[in-house]
Amino acid sequence: MEALLATYLKPLVMTAVIILLFPLIAGYITLAERKVLADFQVRLGLMRVGPYGFLQPIADAVKLLLKEDIVPSAADRWIFWLAPVLSTVTALTAFSVLPLGPNLQVADVNIGLLVILSLSSVGILGTILGGWASNSHYSLLGSLRSAAQMVSYEVAMGFAIVSGLMVAGTLSMQGIVKAQFDRQIWFAFSNYGLMFIPFVTYSIAAVAETNRAPFDLPEAESELVAGFHTEYSGFRWALYFLAEYANMFVVSSIAVTLFLGGWLRPFANIEALRHPLDFAFPAGLFGLIGVGCAIGMRRRTVAVDKGIMAVLAMAMLGAAAAFLVPMINAAIIGPFWFLFKVSVILYCFIWYRGTFPRFRYDQLMRVGWKYMIPIGMGALIVNGLVLLKAR
Amino acid sequence: MPDVTFLDANELVLNMGPQHPSTHGVLRVILKLDGEKVLGCECVIGYLHRGVEKIAENRTWMQFAPYVDRMDYVAAVSNGLGYCLAVEKLMSVEAPPRAQAVRVILTELNRITSHLLWLGTHALDIGAITPVFYCFREREEALKIFENYCGARLTTHAFRIGGLQYETYDTFEKEVLAFCDMFPAKVDEYEELLTGNRIWLGRTRGVGILTAEDCKDFGVTGPVLRASGVEWDLRKAQPYSGYEKYDFAIPTGRNGDTFDRYIVRIQEMRQSLRIIRQAVEGLPTGPIMGKVPKVMKPPVGECYVSIEAPKGELGYFVVSDNSTQPYRVRVRPPSFVNLQALDRMCRGSLIADVVAIIGTIDIVLGEVDR
Repeated sequence: MEALLATYLKPLVMTAVIILLFPLIAGYITLAERKVLADFQVRLGLMRVGPYGFLQPIADAVKLLLKEDIVPSAADRWIFWLAPVLSTVTALTAFSVLPLGPNLQVADVNIGLLVILSLSSVGILGTILGGWASNSHYSLLGSLRSAAQMVSYEVAMGFAIVSGLMVAGTLSMQGIVKAQFDRQIWFAFSNYGLMFIPFVTYSIAAVAETNRAPFDLPEAESELVAGFHTEYSGFRWALYFLAEYANMFVVSSIAVTLFLGGWLRPFANIEALRHPLDFAFPAGLFGLIGVGCAIGMRRRTVAVDKGIMAVLAMAMLGAAAAFLVPMINAAIIGPFWFLFKVSVILYCFIWYRGTFPRFRYDQLMRVGWKYMIPIGMGALIVNGLVLLKAR
Repeated sequence: MPDVTFLDANELVLNMGPQHPSTHGVLRVILKLDGEKVLGCECVIGYLHRGVEKIAENRTWMQFAPYVDRMDYVAAVSNGLGYCLAVEKLMSVEAPPRAQAVRVILTELNRITSHLLWLGTHALDIGAITPVFYCFREREEALKIFENYCGARLTTHAFRIGGLQYETYDTFEKEVLAFCDMFPAKVDEYEELLTGNRIWLGRTRGVGILTAEDCKDFGVTGPVLRASGVEWDLRKAQPYSGYEKYDFAIPTGRNGDTFDRYIVRIQEMRQSLRIIRQAVEGLPTGPIMGKVPKVMKPPVGECYVSIEAPKGELGYFVVSDNSTQPYRVRVRPPSFVNLQALDRMCRGSLIADVVAIIGTIDIVLGEVDR
């Protein structure tokens, strides 16, 4: 019975929770993205739906669901249907091996990283097929671009990941995190700091892999209107959009797991830092957000808005209090650090978008093949030699 | 460059516009592509044609003045100035010194707002989404000065034939000087975001090169010409409205590429500030209107007056048959003439460059189509 629960029920429940919850989370990532961008761009951003635009993602989701489903008459219907599904399914499947916490994982398979890499390779097909099936020039150009871009940056990403694997010595996601605990160092800083190079190349390749600015050529608005998903609208478009944010989350999670210690807190082996980092830091963080929400509540005038902000403030303060209870803390501190690190990386994604102009196609390929891949290979060899010497 | 034959089966014809995010209005460009490479392009214009020149023949001299604001609506003040100068020349009247100085202040402010709009949208085309908001923030300050002066922000109709309709308002000089004090630091801010940025350099250096010879062949004027190294600015070459009194430099580039055009326009904004400051500090007192009859009937004749609009040489050729209405008004719009060079600049580049090149020419379709 016990085994049955562990093997079947827990993964099933987690899968259901992820599939049900992630669309909402993705919506709120976009809200965060738009708010952060607004902050860069000296404006307020969303302020209309709900207090401080807090209900905007829900309104957007409803809008997308209710939109008319349009399939261009010249499109290849079946492939047009299949492409966004393929993108979304592969992106969400990759969640199954992400180690959100010490025991929080759908499946700790011994080839975790390989699963993610192969899924992301299949996911590219969704983009290519979508552009092809649309039967539109803009879509076609967008999908051609994405085919070339994602394939070439996958190579650079692969080299960086292999460097990480050499140091970790395992493909299991939990194993990688545990190795960082045993080695008492995050892999981004190990090997006398040499592992920092693969970390940087991985971070850049990850941005390109997810088609985010400054590598957002497949959907370059000012050139290709919307690139490969020009002809998509409504719920089909929403699936692509969901896949993009899921991919962002997945590549950030790999960076966190492989290079930044996964669910470990910083300096996980120094016992003296346990209380300030595991208790005071999260409690303080959520406490601050809670106080912020409370101030926001006072500034709102509409009763409903005040109510929503009050609930938010209570929830945040409650979370802060929960972190102070040792038993609850033990259960949620792992996911907290994992998600905190992922959020920091996601913030950087948004930061790039607000700062950089877009690469041109040939420049993108040059950066990929002439800089990223040679540097990745070089780092791989140097790190390999260092490891060999240490052994 | 050898002429490309468009019979090759491998080419892809991409219709960009008239509804497209970065054709700056309703420009339609038919691109002939080989993969991502542009073999040639053809502009289709006329989607915003309103027959402004024909309208002129059915309006009195005075009535037509607001129409010119609707051509280059981003630089309406310059358009108004050109028309007023042309009619004034026809009638042999001159605006009094105070009117001339105020005209200079407002046109130079307008040059800044026009360049700011260009900078923001150009950066947006190349994928930098943030500068546009910074540019609009400062543009707003300048537009507020227009609004306070004449009540309108965009299509200002700020001047009258013979001078100004309105005296400046009480805090005019103070507000303009405050703008002059605030603005240089903001230009530094834009430059910080873009000028040294590797991606920006990669996207603009060597893109859309136009040599000085090409410019002369196509009749290209304005910042595009100056970026190719030709020091030609009508404010210096044939001073009007008292520009000879002010000390300013003509920024020029060397390579005639998109980056040089960007630098030239940034420098021009700084030079405009110098002019504004000099004009405000030496603002003469006196009347604001010359001697203009209530019913205007310029003597039979024709004249051509051109000014340095933000986008290049803006010329008005006006013909009078001694009636209350113009016999013919012909406009030489800088955008229209500069747009001719698009094909030359685009050939052999990539699709992404086409967007950058359309942006760097700085067209306003209202002016191209009239």
